[in-house]
Amino acid sequence: MSEQTRLSVFKTYKLYVGGKFPRSESGRVYEVTDSKGNWLANAPLSSRKDARDAVVAARKAQGGWAGATAYLRGQILYRVAEMLEGRRDQFVREVADAEGLSKSKAAAQVDAAIDRWVWYAGWTDKIAQVVGGANPVAGPFFNLSTPEPTGVVTVIAPQESSFLGLVSVIAPVIATGNTAVVIASEKAPLPALSLGEVLATSDLPGGVVNILSGKASEMGPHLAAHLDVNAIDLTGADADLARDLEIAAAENLKRVLRPRTEDFAESPGTDRMTAFLETKTVWHPTGSLGASGSSY
Amino acid sequence: MTSPFEYAPAPESRAVVDIAPSYGLFIDGEFTDAADGKVFKTVSPSTEEVLSEIAQAGEADVDRAVKAARRAFEKWSALPGSERAKYLFRIARIIQERSRELAVLETLDNGKPIKETRDADLPLVAAHFFYYAGWADKLDHAGFGADPRPLGVAGQVIPWNFPLLMLAWKIAPALATGNTVVLKPAETTPLSALFFADVCRQAGLPKGVVNILPGYGDTGAALVAHPDVNKVAFTGSTAVGKRIARTVAGTDKKLTLELGGKGANIVFDDAPIDQAVEGIVNGIFFNQGQVCCAGSRLLVQESIQDELLDSLKRRLSTLRLGDPLDKNTDIGAINSEEQLSRITSLVEQGEAEGAERWTAACDLPEAGYWFAPTLFTNVTQAHTIARDEVFGPVLSVLTFRTPDEAVAKANNSQYGLSAGIWTEKGSRILAVANKLRAGVVWANTFNKFDPTSPFGGYKESGFGREGGRHGLEAYLDV
Amino acid sequence: MPTTASAAAAFADVTASESTLRRFLHGLPGVDAVGLEARAASLGTRSIKTTAKAYAIDLAISMIDLTTLEGADTPGKVRALAAKAVHPDPTDRTTPTTAAVCVYPDMVATAKAALAGSDVKVASVATAFPAGRAALPVKLADTADAIAAGADEIDMVIDRGAFLAGRYLEVFEQIAAVKAECGDRARLKVIFETGELSTYDNIRRASWLGMMAGADFIKTSTGKVAVNATPANTLLMLEAVRDFRAQTGVQIGVKPAGGIRNTKEAIKFLVLVNETAGADWLDSHWFRFGASSLLNDLLMQRQKMATGHYSGPDYVTVD
Repeated sequence: MSEQTRLSVFKTYKLYVGGKFPRSESGRVYEVTDSKGNWLANAPLSSRKDARDAVVAARKAQGGWAGATAYLRGQILYRVAEMLEGRRDQFVREVADAEGLSKSKAAAQVDAAIDRWVWYAGWTDKIAQVVGGANPVAGPFFNLSTPEPTGVVTVIAPQESSFLGLVSVIAPVIATGNTAVVIASEKAPLPALSLGEVLATSDLPGGVVNILSGKASEMGPHLAAHLDVNAIDLTGADADLARDLEIAAAENLKRVLRPRTEDFAESPGTDRMTAFLETKTVWHPTGSLGASGSSY
Repeated sequence: MTSPFEYAPAPESRAVVDIAPSYGLFIDGEFTDAADGKVFKTVSPSTEEVLSEIAQAGEADVDRAVKAARRAFEKWSALPGSERAKYLFRIARIIQERSRELAVLETLDNGKPIKETRDADLPLVAAHFFYYAGWADKLDHAGFGADPRPLGVAGQVIPWNFPLLMLAWKIAPALATGNTVVLKPAETTPLSALFFADVCRQAGLPKGVVNILPGYGDTGAALVAHPDVNKVAFTGSTAVGKRIARTVAGTDKKLTLELGGKGANIVFDDAPIDQAVEGIVNGIFFNQGQVCCAGSRLLVQESIQDELLDSLKRRLSTLRLGDPLDKNTDIGAINSEEQLSRITSLVEQGEAEGAERWTAACDLPEAGYWFAPTLFTNVTQAHTIARDEVFGPVLSVLTFRTPDEAVAKANNSQYGLSAGIWTEKGSRILAVANKLRAGVVWANTFNKFDPTSPFGGYKESGFGREGGRHGLEAYLDV
Repeated sequence: MPTTASAAAAFADVTASESTLRRFLHGLPGVDAVGLEARAASLGTRSIKTTAKAYAIDLAISMIDLTTLEGADTPGKVRALAAKAVHPDPTDRTTPTTAAVCVYPDMVATAKAALAGSDVKVASVATAFPAGRAALPVKLADTADAIAAGADEIDMVIDRGAFLAGRYLEVFEQIAAVKAECGDRARLKVIFETGELSTYDNIRRASWLGMMAGADFIKTSTGKVAVNATPANTLLMLEAVRDFRAQTGVQIGVKPAGGIRNTKEAIKFLVLVNETAGADWLDSHWFRFGASSLLNDLLMQRQKMATGHYSGPDYVTVD
């Protein structure tokens, strides 16, 4: 037997849209390098048409995902954590390469990201009780406020925190029944594209999360102005882009989450969920049991 | 059909309210002229009588008012919540004491019937202040973390359809959470806000905590664009809401918008039919239909369309239109000439597009701005009157065959503020309510409001909620 | 003009069997209690002043079934009541008479004699009033007695037990039998005892049941239970007669009874009539108040409108 180094098999990184793994319709790719400038892979350079297709997929999936029981959504989010745990080493490597971290620091990021899925998995069937409830109106009416998902949310993922940050912005959006069109970190998209592979095998219905690699500055304006998108998370946009996108988002009054200083290692609150929830209030008469006169 | 039982006129006395010939801006606890000396007139829409001459705030006045509010913020936000609460309780009580005066004033300036200002607007105004007064010292327990902080100066712009009630929806939560306020009332209805300034004075509210700047759209635009405003709250049209959203883009200003609607009122064949007719009438003719959450699209199951429309027309024929100060008036005046011409042109468009118009037979007064209750049949989703907000006493009647179709049509709108469901079947209420994309769903009732009940829209009807615990969030740094 | 008999024929299919009748009654539109009561309350805020009030007071007086239904009733009491019905206000002869005097069957003859020469009718409760717990022959005999003694109107009670047990056809047939006994000799008012039927849905069903069975009037209550006439249950019955006429052309009267004690309340009921059934019902032939103490309050208000100062109980007669 000859002593020969085995030539490894490269992975072709592809988009994750509607539960499938397409290349960019534009046929474009761009070079992704590690923090030292070494070539890692070619990633699809998504176009506005890819973004448009992702919105179609997200819209198609939204009703079913919002209509699934909160318990089922929790099970699926937990399943994502399970699947990630199994591919932990791969993500540690990709995060280390992407962010120039040591193995142990990258591992801490991946572990925190896995735990974040678990955190949000538990929230799916609790948030309605925390932010909704019965309102004691002054009249013979039963009055109940419940949170509902806003709909299709465009997410501009953080540029620096390629995986923990990414998970921290996707999970709260979908936990409550929204679907997401995610623009991954432009310079470090590989953990995001690999996450698509995990989501595809976690019982998450196709289209609930759609992941695009490329330029937020190219796709963002189209998604921000898109009339079938209901909200936009600007976390990964710089100040100028964020302002432009917020202006464009006014076209159909999208709910806008502005960029802010954020340490993703810290325990999240509920505000990333509530940013993409609507409150619906339903009234119904109660009245007395019999025709005794007047409930007033 | 004329009845031998004609109700004699029963006008509420105008003597309870004393309107001065002119009013200034209310800045830093004082009434003051506009820097450039501009004034405008406010008229009574039912008679076109000039009620008073009002100072018109310009950019310099906006700056003065925001500075006053900023100065007041430091002390106001540092007050113990229990002290802020007591100011708000005082305001609530003074409004109750002066409610007849304020109701008559509102009817004069707005044109809506005294029955509504007396029985709906004013009680809700007082209740709103009472409700938020109680929150002022309980913010730690409101679910926004320990010690949530106020934002600072709130710039608030309100519409003319419920002038004092919209003021209450804006000011009560803002003050309870420790913010200070610069509020611009609508140019056609500035008076009740200026009387509210006097309520603040009676309550001993510190100077600068509430500032009132009457003016037109440009005053509002200057207010929301002012760099030292931390929070913008607007109720009004969707078009202006979008402009404001663009104005505050890229800033730290927190924004809430309460905008237009095209509410669907869905009547199933098993509805409690007499109550449904009342709900439809209340849904579109309350406040002459000048309500953002009006049930302006009636979606009736085709199998009961004829029966329902007969009942509805019979009922509309009993509505009494006329002097808003008459206690028996059901339909008052349209708020302004401009609004009347908008209603008129949309109705003409409805006729031109082939919808069938029916208008209740009633005499319209000679002076003032009036529009008789009107409904359109043979309307489809493609008609302008089924899509655009008329903001007037005009109902579009559409039909559906199945619950799925009803929901699809109800949701087929850029708006998502309100909806109604009429059926005796409980499971259908819950299923349909669940599918409707609207912030407020009234089942077997319509147009009910309460300070404890969050109100606000989906989609282009705006974002944020007013009322209830939810209403605090718009004014807290959370 | 269509008659109650022609209306009965129109519903022959419906009343053919227990099951068809049940299906029809249970198929009537439901009533939302809060909405109904809100509508009644909102009409109660109408402000009736000056000429409209004067008109309403006289109309209300003319609609009263001046009632005494006590175990202690005597001929003297009934004669006094009759005198009051004919001349409600002895100081003002322009005061209208009441519509009727309402008594037990054994007092009909006395009332009839006392009212001779006036237009005031004699109404008699019958059919084992107020509980209605007697066999049909007894109820019919009770009715026949009253008519024989000269009653112009019969106020029967339905068998609430049968109604609540779902035996609608039995109730229907009893009303029809009493109606047959009345024939052309007396108008029939059917009392539901709405307080015992308890729900608005039941009141709507009972209204249709009574109208289909030939009632000339539908009446809320006996005045003998805790809840009698309310604005809401009267509004509901006015909707029923309105809808019944729209469907059959037959006009049926409505009589709220018990609990209406003052002018303000009575005027609210007239507003309900005016804005629900319409002006056609603003006549003592189509709308009645079953009341006793109401009359004196109406008279005091009437005096106030005539003189400009408030009247007092010493200035109206007590009988």
